[in-house]
Amino acid sequence: MSLFTKKTEELLGWVDARFPLTSNVKAHLTEYYAPKNFNFWYFFGSLALLVLVLQIVTGIFLTMHYKPEADLAFASVEYIMRDVPWGWLIRYMHSTGASLFFVVVYLHMFRGLLYGSYRNPRELIWLFGVGIFLALMGEAFFGYLLPWGQMSYWGAQVITSLFGTVPFIGPDIAEWLRGDYLTSDATLNRFFAFHVIALPLVILGLVAAHILALHEVGSNNPDGIEIKKLKDKKTGIPLDGIPFHPYYSVKDLVGVVVFLMVFAAIIFFAPDMGGYFLEANNFVPADPLVTPAHIAPTWYFTPYYSILRAVPPIGISQFPGVAAMGLSVVIFALLPWLDRSPVKSIRYKGNLYKAWLAAFVVSFLILGYLGTIPADTYGQFGAWLGKADIATVVARICSVVYFAFFFLMPWYSKKDKTKPVPERVTG
Amino acid sequence: MSDKQNDQHKADTQTGASYQPNLSAQVNLEKRNFLIATSAVGAIGCAVVAVPFVKSMTPSERAKAAGAPVEVDISKIAPGDMMVSEYRGQPLWVIHRTDEQIASLGNHNAQLIDPDLDVPQQPEYCKNKERAINPKYAVMLGTCTHLGCSPGQNFTVTPDWNGGFICACHGSKFDLSGRVFKGSPAPTNLVVPKHQYLTETTLLIGEDKESA
Repeated sequence: MSLFTKKTEELLGWVDARFPLTSNVKAHLTEYYAPKNFNFWYFFGSLALLVLVLQIVTGIFLTMHYKPEADLAFASVEYIMRDVPWGWLIRYMHSTGASLFFVVVYLHMFRGLLYGSYRNPRELIWLFGVGIFLALMGEAFFGYLLPWGQMSYWGAQVITSLFGTVPFIGPDIAEWLRGDYLTSDATLNRFFAFHVIALPLVILGLVAAHILALHEVGSNNPDGIEIKKLKDKKTGIPLDGIPFHPYYSVKDLVGVVVFLMVFAAIIFFAPDMGGYFLEANNFVPADPLVTPAHIAPTWYFTPYYSILRAVPPIGISQFPGVAAMGLSVVIFALLPWLDRSPVKSIRYKGNLYKAWLAAFVVSFLILGYLGTIPADTYGQFGAWLGKADIATVVARICSVVYFAFFFLMPWYSKKDKTKPVPERVTG
Repeated sequence: MSDKQNDQHKADTQTGASYQPNLSAQVNLEKRNFLIATSAVGAIGCAVVAVPFVKSMTPSERAKAAGAPVEVDISKIAPGDMMVSEYRGQPLWVIHRTDEQIASLGNHNAQLIDPDLDVPQQPEYCKNKERAINPKYAVMLGTCTHLGCSPGQNFTVTPDWNGGFICACHGSKFDLSGRVFKGSPAPTNLVVPKHQYLTETTLLIGEDKESA
């Protein structure tokens, strides 16, 4: 043993006697046994972590130049874009990162839907995940106000007004959220506080809980079977398990490289993504007296926004739409208890479940698209349908499918003809 | 937990036996009640301390001052004309209606979404045909109830239009009392803010005799 190795081991021993370093590296990396049959869909968890780090780092550097004040905010963002050395790059990394965060998280969630990763014993992993998703939506919403452009301003105005529709206490809540009678400097200042400190702390805490819970029960896999059931008798290591490091750390690095290529391409060639990542109206400073003709949220909120618009008011109360929108987001939390199928993975589920999942995905995408356009884009039906907007009727049908996917799941997942599940993972 | 208990716990969980904390036969009820009472007082303390933090997010004194009631001099508005002032960052309209205009208000009730003012978009004392204290002057916030644009005035009378407002954003139509026409995307009538007459030609917007 060389002197150097000996010295390193001594140092490690010194640390280990005072801090559980080696034991944690083993528990979470070198001796965390993950199923050997992970596929493409398993890139997105680690990518989400990567984007989180990118957002925090770029965010810290943006706060060095940004001014959270109504009179200065818009100009300070332009200052970052034009005068701060490399400021444009950091800002575009942050704004593109926000959209890609949702791309990655949506794909990560879809993986969970495909392989039943939310089911016993992983309900808490899923619930922490839903918590992260909610916090992320808040984070994106608060962050979008900060450039203080027209769409920032009116988006915030519309969303805080949603709280105003809650019966009885609504107007007080909206005023409390804004800290003023309308969206103003007070609103900007507090949204900045939520965006840069409150929600990032919540997200970090939830991510830690998400990963700790995962490493407690072990990862699911494309076959949806528990690899811990069959272990090597001598070592106690799952027969179908391989250590996360080096096998999956290396695999994930490939994902990171591909992801960063896409990320860089967007930043350099299409940072506003044709108005989907950064809306054109947001390059106009906020003006409380002039409303943009068409207010639309950024793309990652549009499915829920479509549902909001699709639900007709009861009397004059817009609250049913707001409640439906809220439900459409939090309903994911119920999945572990709605799915009654005897198998977890889509591989062994029958056509009934597959058809419902396909219908859900199609509805989600259509709703997402409809949320980006004005309701009268496709004209109206004739008098036989009360001259209803075609886009609104389609959104209503998709909203029904969206909720039916969840509410009918206990029924169709039970009735579904499943296939037998193998003993060992199939690769 | 002592080390010994901890080891026992580990052994139990490994053998699958459920973990039974070794409670001594006599629970010290006095001590337990004391702990419950202490925790309860602590929880109340936390709730009380939360109040200043929640309250700190309500409109500040400066915001309240900026949103304070404003006086509006309406003596200079010619009959059939209107003026635009500002209240809490929103355009405030005062319309000096002529007798013909007031008379025409009753002619199109059938085309309105809420002709009877069932939705409380106005103070109780303005829940009348003219939506006003003094029928001559209509007072309202010029912010469309659809998405907050400011509708434009269109007072030219035609056979099927008694004069009113049309929103450029999404085409909502309102009459001279700010009542919304059917077929508009706006769901409710325009808002009539709380107000009172200080003199015959001076209005105080944002405060009425009831709230003063």
